Amino acid sequence: MKKLSARRRHPLAAVVVLLLALAATGGLYAAFAPASKAQADETAQSLAIDEGKKLYAVGCASCHGTGGQGSTDGPPLTGVGAAAVDFQVGTGRMPAQQPGAQIPKKKVIYSQAEIDQLAAYVASLGAGPSIPTKNQVSPEGADIANGGELFRTNCAQCHNFTGEGGALTHGKFAPSLEGVSPKHVYEAMQTGPQNMPSFPDTTMPEKNKKDIIAYIDAVNGDKTTSPGGLKLGGLGPVSEGLFAWIFGLGALVAVAVWVAARTAKAKKS
Amino acid sequence: MSSQEIPEENLPSAQDADQPHGSVAVKDDPFADPGLPPHEHRIQDIDERAAKRSERVVAFLFVLSMLSTIAFIAAFVAIKPGKSIYVFPIGHISALNFALGMTLGLALFCIGAGAVHWARTLMSDVEVADERHAIEAEPAVKAKVLADFKQGAQESQFGRRKLIRNTLFGAVAMVPLSGIVLLRDLGPLPEDKLRHTAWKAGKLLVNVNTNEPLRPSDIAVGSLTFAKPEGVEEHDEDFQQVMGKAALMLVRIQPEDIKDKQELAWGHEGIVAYSKVCTHVGCPISLYEQQTHHVLCPCHQSTFDLSDGARVIFGPAGHALPQLRIGVSAEGYLQALGDFAEPVGPAFWERG
Amino acid sequence: MSTTTSNDAPSRGKAPAGERVADWADGRLGIYSLAKANMRKIFPDHWSFMLGEICLYSFIIIILTGVYLTLFFHPSMNEVTYHGSYVPLQGQLMSEAFNSTMHISFDVRGGLLIRQIHHWAALIFLAGMFVHMMRVFFTGAFRKPREVNWLFGFLLFVLGMFTGFTGYSLPDDLLSGTGVRFMEGAVLSVPIVGTYLSFFLFGGEFPGGDFVARFYSVHILLLPGIMLGLVVAHLILVFYHKHTQFAGPGKTNKNVVGMPLLPVYMAKAGGFFFLVFGVIAVIAAIASINPIWAIGPYRIDQVSTGAQPDWYMGFSEGLIRFMPGWEINLWGHTLVLGVFIPLIIFPLVLVAIAVYPFIESWVTGDKNEHHILDRPRNRPARTAFGAAWISWYFVLLVGGGNDLWATHFHLSINAITWFVRISFFVVPVLVFVATKRICLGLQRRDKDKVLHGRESGIIKRLPHGEFIEVHEPLDSEALHTLTAHEQYAPLEIGPTVDENGVERKVSGTQKLRAKLSEGMYGEDSQIPKPTVEEYKEITSGHGHH
Repeated sequence: MKKLSARRRHPLAAVVVLLLALAATGGLYAAFAPASKAQADETAQSLAIDEGKKLYAVGCASCHGTGGQGSTDGPPLTGVGAAAVDFQVGTGRMPAQQPGAQIPKKKVIYSQAEIDQLAAYVASLGAGPSIPTKNQVSPEGADIANGGELFRTNCAQCHNFTGEGGALTHGKFAPSLEGVSPKHVYEAMQTGPQNMPSFPDTTMPEKNKKDIIAYIDAVNGDKTTSPGGLKLGGLGPVSEGLFAWIFGLGALVAVAVWVAARTAKAKKS
Repeated sequence: MSSQEIPEENLPSAQDADQPHGSVAVKDDPFADPGLPPHEHRIQDIDERAAKRSERVVAFLFVLSMLSTIAFIAAFVAIKPGKSIYVFPIGHISALNFALGMTLGLALFCIGAGAVHWARTLMSDVEVADERHAIEAEPAVKAKVLADFKQGAQESQFGRRKLIRNTLFGAVAMVPLSGIVLLRDLGPLPEDKLRHTAWKAGKLLVNVNTNEPLRPSDIAVGSLTFAKPEGVEEHDEDFQQVMGKAALMLVRIQPEDIKDKQELAWGHEGIVAYSKVCTHVGCPISLYEQQTHHVLCPCHQSTFDLSDGARVIFGPAGHALPQLRIGVSAEGYLQALGDFAEPVGPAFWERG
Repeated sequence: MSTTTSNDAPSRGKAPAGERVADWADGRLGIYSLAKANMRKIFPDHWSFMLGEICLYSFIIIILTGVYLTLFFHPSMNEVTYHGSYVPLQGQLMSEAFNSTMHISFDVRGGLLIRQIHHWAALIFLAGMFVHMMRVFFTGAFRKPREVNWLFGFLLFVLGMFTGFTGYSLPDDLLSGTGVRFMEGAVLSVPIVGTYLSFFLFGGEFPGGDFVARFYSVHILLLPGIMLGLVVAHLILVFYHKHTQFAGPGKTNKNVVGMPLLPVYMAKAGGFFFLVFGVIAVIAAIASINPIWAIGPYRIDQVSTGAQPDWYMGFSEGLIRFMPGWEINLWGHTLVLGVFIPLIIFPLVLVAIAVYPFIESWVTGDKNEHHILDRPRNRPARTAFGAAWISWYFVLLVGGGNDLWATHFHLSINAITWFVRISFFVVPVLVFVATKRICLGLQRRDKDKVLHGRESGIIKRLPHGEFIEVHEPLDSEALHTLTAHEQYAPLEIGPTVDENGVERKVSGTQKLRAKLSEGMYGEDSQIPKPTVEEYKEITSGHGHH
């Protein structure tokens, strides 16, 4: 054990691991590569998987294992599907900067093409949900009111009435849904990233997900009107109370000071 | 105070002539009250042009208020309720609400500001001292009142005729009982209503999202599903009362991760069904963390461990979430194998 | 006071029309005698004396807007389908109460504005009462003869909280429904009668179909009716006692110095009503409050994170959140301490501040009337107690919003809860000690100023090279103001054994009283104010340094 851990720090260790990983995945690929049917598609697909594998080896393998089998630092990726990769990498959560209660979203470091390649590779490790099509996530033609009811039943308990986010245990939190693309919302429901439970098609069909996306778009989108004025974060009575104290009572006390103050005198003695 | 008639009191000469304030401090006590300081004039008291300026400001504010009221009426008539406008930095808001609020606010504020400016700059600002009078009555008054009371009490014979007094007390004390009895029909008696829910052996678990009965294969590991008993519909008259006790939360945990033996036995292949009603004060608890299997209540942060019999691991809840025993029907659907073994929701005296 | 004089009315006969109307009224109502006492009533000027007016005016605004809202609101829990103009709820099942509130917000022109004014005014009303109460507390304005008015004010604050809570529950939205559910759970926890109370309150099992209608009559009739009576009594007593004033030249315990009601206070106080109304209307124009359309109708199996009551109930939310989940099961019965203990502490938190005036007057044994206000620093024990109470209250408020502090400051909700659990006991003590120290420091500074004068900022070099700062002596007005306060001597029990060796009985309460008195007015709790002798000795003989 000791010897192994000493060797892990050897300068050439990374190279050896990389080579091993490449050999292993290459071997796996050779073993499991599907027989050619629709030639052109297949080639494109296998090219993507190849590229994805390279990216994976550099960016992901250290935590998720060389073949996506997982390690103490990261869960196995067999069967999570392309949707999970597209969500995690597409929102910048992966690759993670440091382990913690929760991996927050960050600046996305891969291009969409690279993400697709990674997704293709991870999807090749085991069947899982695929990236939704434009049509699946578009709010068009959805039942917003039904989406609202579904949202309040399934989502609001963590993400708040209009998706402003909320607290979970020990520093974890349900993030705000403001500005999250419909595709990522869909993928999150489909795959259940990190501590979020999944809402698979078997219990929440595609149509329901579309309704929910349409509802979020209606109540927390760029064009959403807040008829009453400032939303105050959409957080409810706590921010309203702070506003009433600071701006409401604050303004009235300022006015009271003016009303009660002495008028300036003509001569200063 | 001779300087109270209007308008002489505003004239500086009148005030200077009659000055009751500013008596000299007593020499042997440096801390003695030096008396009210002499009144000083404002610019408006001396300079008529300044006074005129104040007058114009006040009038301007009142006119502005009138214009605002007209604008309020115009906005009320002209702006459609659904119209939305973008106001920097507030965002997209209702045009009507914004216009009505701002004009009403301005109309009111200007009246107030005008009146206060008037009082501050034009009305007399001479400070006046008013004497206070003792609140307690003079001894003579007190004696008179007590004597009167005694006489009245004596004349009534209240103290002497104890029978009258005691029966009166009894009657007055009893009358409110009627009022209390009248409150009886505010609601039915609890009986054992809090002990039972709509779940019965053989009732299918219906997905709240789709209104379809659930199959074991529908529930994936790490997913969260909410269920209701078959036959309960949202438009039912008693839907809220029924769901208040029957709401169910379904999760699937790898059987080897389930620490509690009874939990595993009462579930189906790792699918476990727990009451969605928090045992603290009854919020629908469902903030499920699929990696830790903890479920958190959004109201008061009670935390339950769904992989260990839903025992309480944090927060103010006093006991575990009740589990519903489930199995699979002949047609392959998830079904209840009976009602909850204990009352769901918040604890109460008779719970035991 | 209906002594209006309309000068524009054409005058026929001897007296002007206004006077004749007043004569008519006087013959029946005796208005001249009433006006004689009150028309030129004197009110002192200080901004903090207007905090009560903020409350009074927001109360009036709430009544005016509330009456308007009742014209459109349907206090019914019958289920209807929404067909109004807010798209994301169209086709939803909801109660008539929610539906009519949606109608007010979207389809009645100005309805949303009035709703928002009503709700903002309610929050400001309660905040105003809190601050007003603290002003009265810290300046000792609750002392004789105003103890009864202190209690009236306290009752108004408590009733205001419950009126607010019932009003918040009326729209039957998901947020308020969750609040009512919490209330039901709290009622259930009451030993022996809890379930009965709950069933009677809700007409059966929660939520039933009755509570909106019942809360409605409590919200618009019962509680505001009592409050209106108390407000009137509160104002009558303010008039009757005449306003308190701060110490200053010419201001004594036997007079009140200020401006007359007519015209100055009529204009200032009347104007202030419009100012308050105007500010609240502008707030209602720019800031959204309780957007029920975003919250959605109440359904018992739904909930949102961030479920909090309005701010004035926040401290009870804090109590219930930090309480550990204690539950005792004995002889087939359950004692739900985890909920019942907070339910008991809830009124105690409020009572703690309400009874202080009576404790203070018992300790001092002072039977005199007090019309000159204390500066908070001159009553260190009282000020420290008040500050400790406020800190206690705010710790609970923080606890009530623990989930939002967690998300916005990236903290763990469990850590915040533990912080509140500890702070509940520790913070008031720390604040008490620190406030008392600060008060004593300020008292020392005042004493220094009186004896040595004000620091002028001018540095003077003496012939032998020493630099000193020139201190300017205070004028007689400042000297009087800084030394006008009275100081109590701590209560002495005296020797318990007289000269004949006979033991005198001292009751336990007497000992407690002496102990409290020592704590409040003993050596460690106040700096003796400068005496005339000290002053003369320093200012005459030796001069400065």
